[in-house]
Amino acid sequence: MKKVKLGDVVFNTFNTVFMLLLVIVTLYPFANTVAVSFNEGMDSLRGGIYLWPRIFTFKNYQYIFVGGTIFHAFLVSVARSVISMVLNVFFTAMLAYTLTRKEYIFRRFITMAFVLTMYFHAGMIPHYFLIKNLGLLNNFLVYVLPSIVAAFNLIVVRTYIKTIPEALIEAAKIDGASDFWVFFQVILPLSKPVLATIALFVAVGAWNSWFDTFLYCSSRQELSTLQYELMKLMSTISQANYNPALAASYAAGGEAAVQLVTPISIRAAITVVAALPIIFIYPFLQRYFVVGLNVGSVKE
Amino acid sequence: MAEVMLDTKLETQTRSRIFWHKVVSQRQLIFMSFPFLIHLFIFAYSPIWGWLMAFQNYKPMKSFFEQEWVGLQQFKFLFFDEGFLRVLRNTIAMSMINMTLGFITAITLAVLLNEIKNVLFKRSVQTISYLPHFLSWIIVTGLVANCLSTENGIVNVVLMKLRLIEEPVLWLSKGEYFWWIIGFTYVWKEVGWNTIIYLAAMAAIDPALYEAAEVDGATRFQKIIHITLPGIKSTFMVLLIMAIGNTLNAGFEMQYLLGNPQVIDWSETIDIFTLKYGIQIGNYSLATAAGMFKSVVNITLLFMANHLAKRLGEERLI
Repeated sequence: MKKVKLGDVVFNTFNTVFMLLLVIVTLYPFANTVAVSFNEGMDSLRGGIYLWPRIFTFKNYQYIFVGGTIFHAFLVSVARSVISMVLNVFFTAMLAYTLTRKEYIFRRFITMAFVLTMYFHAGMIPHYFLIKNLGLLNNFLVYVLPSIVAAFNLIVVRTYIKTIPEALIEAAKIDGASDFWVFFQVILPLSKPVLATIALFVAVGAWNSWFDTFLYCSSRQELSTLQYELMKLMSTISQANYNPALAASYAAGGEAAVQLVTPISIRAAITVVAALPIIFIYPFLQRYFVVGLNVGSVKE
Repeated sequence: MAEVMLDTKLETQTRSRIFWHKVVSQRQLIFMSFPFLIHLFIFAYSPIWGWLMAFQNYKPMKSFFEQEWVGLQQFKFLFFDEGFLRVLRNTIAMSMINMTLGFITAITLAVLLNEIKNVLFKRSVQTISYLPHFLSWIIVTGLVANCLSTENGIVNVVLMKLRLIEEPVLWLSKGEYFWWIIGFTYVWKEVGWNTIIYLAAMAAIDPALYEAAEVDGATRFQKIIHITLPGIKSTFMVLLIMAIGNTLNAGFEMQYLLGNPQVIDWSETIDIFTLKYGIQIGNYSLATAAGMFKSVVNITLLFMANHLAKRLGEERLI
């Protein structure tokens, strides 16, 4: 029989308590936002909403989806995420396959050219000029075109494809298969787990980005994205958090408070809408995460 | 003599013939990869051309060749400008804080997770801890601002309940707290995600080592110190080199979104400086110089760290 050591019991208890605290600290801010998003706007200002709404309402969500602007931004976000995801997954897989062919003469050169971009950037201003010169300012393509293969994803997929038995590819080649055929018929079907992983990375990245909207598309409202709308809303109200005079005025329920009502609850609702797609798809894809996520593999 | 020359000539010819023969036989691979190489050169490498602006006094109305060349004047301006030096200080400070806190918390959490024997509990904690990684900085900074708010922000509420503070603190309006707020925000978002790679390294440790230590009567703490931590050392070294190569990338979104006029002396980083001077004020040359400085320093640090790791016989990146 195994002896149960006192030290182990103490350690395990502390460890479990620590993990539970971690879970609370991670989930509470979000749970609180959900509660506020379902609470009546004016009432939220009184504070004291923690995990459950006090005066339940759908109004904040109605405002988002009926308002037009925000719903449109939501659609733009969906479009850019889906298009980026499809293009990236397909192109990354194709390029990664060529970089696993040992006989390929440009293999090293292309790999290095991509890996270098992980550490090296020309900078914001030169990029801005490039986008401008290509005529991509205020153009939907700027969301999709500049990033169709990311170096990190490329390395992850390449590492995974390398684990596919060479014999499978050799056998197909002996039967007269071309590289196209091998890629479509052998590599693509066998790489599903890793492609699911990078599909998640790309879609989440596209869904979450706002800086490209801010920098390249801010003068065309119909190209605005959900995150950018959220960002604009945040900057109008966050001042209450650091301006003592404003904060006092809000607390006193003055005129400023009335203007603040909508933004606080609306922001909570948009935050929920912006986070929900991620929270929904993530459990399905998370079992693939660890696949190929080994930085050591960045090395040749 | 003539024979030798003929030989080399022949050799070059044969070599080039073999090369072109390979190109033809590998045309499909080339077709499947060159479009992306061209794309990469356009979007990642061609903007380097824009660095020339850093040596000019660029005016948008003139053509490239009509621009006035000013040598290193922009860089001189940067290094004598109090504003830029402050921005540089902020960038390095926040980068160091994020890096240190990031490594300590991720390794600690990974070790603790690794000690959990109940698979279901471990899996659930992991799943929840990864979640913030996938939320945007806009959402995360919004949540942080809510938590730090004086209007029932949970941080103030808890601290007041614990009687650690008398009245709510306007956390985001105090410059001296800003770097640490950024540090903790970064940890909140990324700590779970950063454990993945350490946990993968720990899973690769030979269980026989633990069994042998058990037989020798090692305590749990001794096993962590002598088996688990050495087992993740090479992973840690690779990540450290990468982090050093990112010293001047202290993050941009966090500071931009949480920063405000009250803490501007503490919150602005090089990227915000570039954005302000370049896009908002239109001083493209100065902004390009700042961005170029950042890129060059980062890549130099990366190679230096990599070289040092090589000299010390440690795991290295390139």
